[in-house]
Parts: sequence; structure tokens; C-alpha cells
Amino acid sequence: MEKALFIIFAVVSVAAALNILLQRNPLYSALSLVGTLIALSALYVMLRAQFIAAIQIVVYAGAIMVLFVFVIMLLNAPKEAPYIEKHKALRFLAIPFAGLLIAEAFYVIRLVKPIQMPASDDSAQAVGTTLSVGTKLFTDYLLPFEVTSVLILMAIVGAMVLARRGED
Amino acid sequence: MIPLSWYLGLSALLFTIGAVGVFIKRNAITIFLCIELMLNAVNLTFVALSSYFGDMGGQLFVFIVMTVAAAEAAVGLAIIISIFRNRESLNVDEADSLKL
Repeated sequence: MEKALFIIFAVVSVAAALNILLQRNPLYSALSLVGTLIALSALYVMLRAQFIAAIQIVVYAGAIMVLFVFVIMLLNAPKEAPYIEKHKALRFLAIPFAGLLIAEAFYVIRLVKPIQMPASDDSAQAVGTTLSVGTKLFTDYLLPFEVTSVLILMAIVGAMVLARRGED
Repeated sequence: MIPLSWYLGLSALLFTIGAVGVFIKRNAITIFLCIELMLNAVNLTFVALSSYFGDMGGQLFVFIVMTVAAAEAAVGLAIIISIFRNRESLNVDEADSLKL
């Protein structure tokens, strides 16, 4: 049962992710990403991270993606133009480099030692309820939390400075 | 009980799709969406490891990654708006000089 659910949500998330690449209109890509986010949020619930799953829907799919959709509609962007290849010779250079990258990846995979997995009894699992996340966030992780708020302030000021119309 | 490697494999697959999108797409907003996809793939790794090792740290890190993603989206979309105003195009191949 659990495995069947995992496979369903995994297939949905991968299909939606591939649809991001296949669509030419950025609005459809954004909606596909929302599909991926919702499928991932279901996987978070299966991993007992309920709070993160809720935040994923409310903040990610709800707020960040709305920002994207706003900008896409605000710019009324033209559809992606057909690609005109400028450097045809680079295409043949790409194959050896891709081979090199794959070889490196396999080398690293072989290098990694298997990690010691903890006992897989259910009691050892972390349960991400609002209470446990909040307790940890405001005690052990208070400094990162405060630094994040400074980061958000910087992002607000930066976005306003960048997006305003210049008076010059 | 689902093996941990399934979650890690799914996360690697999603990250690869996002990375491929950054390489092959030319619309600046779609590239941005692919970056968000990569961030989400990493978040899945964090949550899966956090759950399997019984450590809450991973879930808190996801919280912080989401905040960074929100900040990045705000600043990045502002940059895209400013580029679009100057060039009337979202094609990244055309935005090839730092000077506005």
C-alpha cells in the first residue's frame, strides 16, 4: 500500500517536472511545477513531515508560485522563440564532455562508502508536527531563524530597488 | 516501509530534470522554474534523510531553504522585470551584456 502510494506520487511528480520542459508557454510550465510541488507535499506526509507538507502547499504552491504567475502575466511574455544554433561546432564538443561528466559521476558513486542505517523501527522516526518543528526552531536553531529574517528583509529592499522605474 | 534509496533516486531524477531544464530552456522565467524544481528535489532529500535518521534538523533546513527560495524568487523576478523593460525579451541568449 505504502509503496503503491509512493509510486503514484513519484510518477506524478516526475511527469509534471518533465511537462515543465515540454511546454513552450511559461504559464503552463508554472502550473506543472505546482503539480510537482503538490505531489512532493504528499510524499512529505508519507515521511511524517506534516508541517513541512503544509508549508509546501501554503508558502510554495500558494505564495511563491503566485508571484511567478503574476510576473508571467504582467510581462505578457511572448512564447519561446525557436532556437537558432549559433555555434554548430560546439555540438560535437558536447559529446566527449558529457561522457566525461558521466564517468566522473560513476567514479564518485563508487567512491562513496555505504552509510550505517539506523534501526528501521518506527519509534526512531522524527515526526514533524508543528509542535516539534517549532520547539526545535526556537531553541536549537534560533540563530539561523533570525539570520533568515534579515535575509528576507534584504530581499524585500532589493526587489523594490530593482523593480521600480528609474526616475532618471 | 519504503527503502530510503527510492526517495534519494526520485530526488536525483527531479534534480536532473531541473538541471537539464536550466541548460536547454531559453526563457528566463522557465529557467527560474527549473531552479525551483532543483531546490525542491534537494528538499525531498533533506526530509527523507531527516525521517530515516530520526533527526529534526533536516526538516528545519527545508524550512530555511524555502525561505531562501522565496527571497531568491522575489529578487530574481525583479531582475527579470528590469531586463524585460530594457530589452523587450525574456530570451536569455539576447541578454548577453551586463550593461542595461
